[in-house]
Amino acid sequence: MLENIREAFDGIRSHKLRSALTMLGIIIGIASIIAISSTIMGTNEQIKQNLVGAGSNVVTVRLYQGDYPFEFAWSTVPEYIAPLDDGTLEEIRAVPEVASASYYASRDAYGQIRCGGKSLSNGTIYGVDKTYLSVFGYTVRAGRCFTDRDFDRFRKVALIDETVSAALFSGANPVGETIDVCGEPYVVIGEFTRASDFRPTVSTLEEYFTYNTSTGGKVLIPFSTWPVLFRYDEPRSLAVRAVNTDSMTTAGRRAEELLNATILKDEPEVRYKSEDLLEQAKNLQELSSATNRQLILVAGISLLVGGIGVMNIMLVSVTERTPEIGLKKALGARRRRISAQFLIEAGVLTCLGGILGVLVGVGLAYGISKMSGVPIFISWYIVAATVVFSFIIGMVFGAIPAYRAARLDPIEALRHE
Amino acid sequence: MLIRLEHIEKTYGTADHPVPVLHDVNFAMREGDYYAIMGPSGSGKSTLMNILGYLDTPTKGKYYFEDEDNSRASDTQMARIRNEKIGFVFQSFHLLQRRRAWENVALPLMYGNVPKRERRERAEAALTEVGLKDRMEFYPTQLSGGQCQRVAIARAICTDPKLLLADEPTGALDSKSGQQIMDIFDGLHERGMSIIMITHELAVAKRASHMMHIYDGVLSGGDDK
Repeated sequence: MLENIREAFDGIRSHKLRSALTMLGIIIGIASIIAISSTIMGTNEQIKQNLVGAGSNVVTVRLYQGDYPFEFAWSTVPEYIAPLDDGTLEEIRAVPEVASASYYASRDAYGQIRCGGKSLSNGTIYGVDKTYLSVFGYTVRAGRCFTDRDFDRFRKVALIDETVSAALFSGANPVGETIDVCGEPYVVIGEFTRASDFRPTVSTLEEYFTYNTSTGGKVLIPFSTWPVLFRYDEPRSLAVRAVNTDSMTTAGRRAEELLNATILKDEPEVRYKSEDLLEQAKNLQELSSATNRQLILVAGISLLVGGIGVMNIMLVSVTERTPEIGLKKALGARRRRISAQFLIEAGVLTCLGGILGVLVGVGLAYGISKMSGVPIFISWYIVAATVVFSFIIGMVFGAIPAYRAARLDPIEALRHE
Repeated sequence: MLIRLEHIEKTYGTADHPVPVLHDVNFAMREGDYYAIMGPSGSGKSTLMNILGYLDTPTKGKYYFEDEDNSRASDTQMARIRNEKIGFVFQSFHLLQRRRAWENVALPLMYGNVPKRERRERAEAALTEVGLKDRMEFYPTQLSGGQCQRVAIARAICTDPKLLLADEPTGALDSKSGQQIMDIFDGLHERGMSIIMITHELAVAKRASHMMHIYDGVLSGGDDK
């Protein structure tokens, strides 16, 4: 065995250029597979992280009209949508996949949040319950959080995030300042911050809509004061925190079902829907991997072509070394030994090609990442698999030459010059 | 008897167009004998050599080696017999150019699964016998034709074969080198090696203890000189 491997390297060394050219097919094939798969996995990882928000596991359930979120600012609420009652909320909290649930109402605040001549161009007002901050994993960085008294006494107090703080106070301490929220004065009691400091890259319109609400500023007010600004008994949205990322879909679906059960009329147009980010991430990933699968297929074809090149060169090698094979057989080498020699030579050739291909592929992936800004994710499992696969290609395409070598008649072979 | 050939026939070609090469070859050889077989090209001497060396099987007849009939042996069995019992010396040496002298000598030991450490020792002993101990680490390209053939002889004898088959061993050499090779064969014969040599040079054949002729596939002679 060791002897065979040594012989294989001897054979490759004695025809450096020829071996290199033969390996090129394998190198290109493996390199493209590595580069493509690293990019796909990097993209997928990015999509997942961006949308799912690195472990917050929150699914929001909102009222939809057709395919779009129900727009409370423009439409009147149908009378058959009952306001959320505590019983339904308790039922949702009791779902095994649900870790915690919080309700809220939200409204876009185009220019409706002002302070001292400055206004917030892009932001959202949220009327939140007591658990909202913990469900989303927000922490209060400065000032204080809402207290029970804020809710019970309908205090006009607000928590703002860094974006709002920066827009309205330009870095000065906002705590204790009064801001104008839709014409009502609210006292800023604190500034909160997101648990993950993820900032998505927005380069397309689609991405803008996906991330719109998460990039704009947020102003939180106690839900009890919501009717002061807007309407009474407005249907609320629900934020459901799943026990883990994988159960996000189930948690969202269960909450959706329980909420839809409270709709008094069988109206298919207006339904609660869970905005499952994991699902969205999956869809996006599938979309990207569907095109990439085709790319891998193309790379696979180049690998096939490379394999045929290997077979071709091995056949030449067998012909070239016919006297050597004859001599070895005369000296008592069995068929198995001769075929092993050529199989291993083909395997070593493609394996080397595979290893070089991995290096080139990793380099390519880094290059693509540098140019397009897509992160790469190199899976060592795939790297190992491609090297093993390239060895197998050598074995498969080396089989016919090896068989021919082993079957050579020693007399004929010795006479061959 | 070391070997015994009984009514050996060899026919090539198809059933419709048979090309007979050997006709009723009968031959017996004691251990330690030194035979030379002479014949013009096309006489069938190479075919006979191939059969004797288990590179080919006879169409008809029986070939006893150490009183065992192996004339219908399988490919693998024949490979084993070649490896263990027979040493080959070819006209064109057939050395592997990318291997050192001792590695070429040790090649059959490798196929006989001799442990690695022992291979080098035995190769060294064989090279010492042909007077090339100091050329062990040389590559064939660094050796003269005569030296190459001596390495080939070392390769043939390092497995301690029962029979040494030499096919025109001096055919590619100048007369001085050829002389040296013949001296080595004489030495091997003296220490009891059984040798069959094919040649068409009378001077070479005369150094053997028995001389035979093959002509149109018929073997004759074999008496003591």
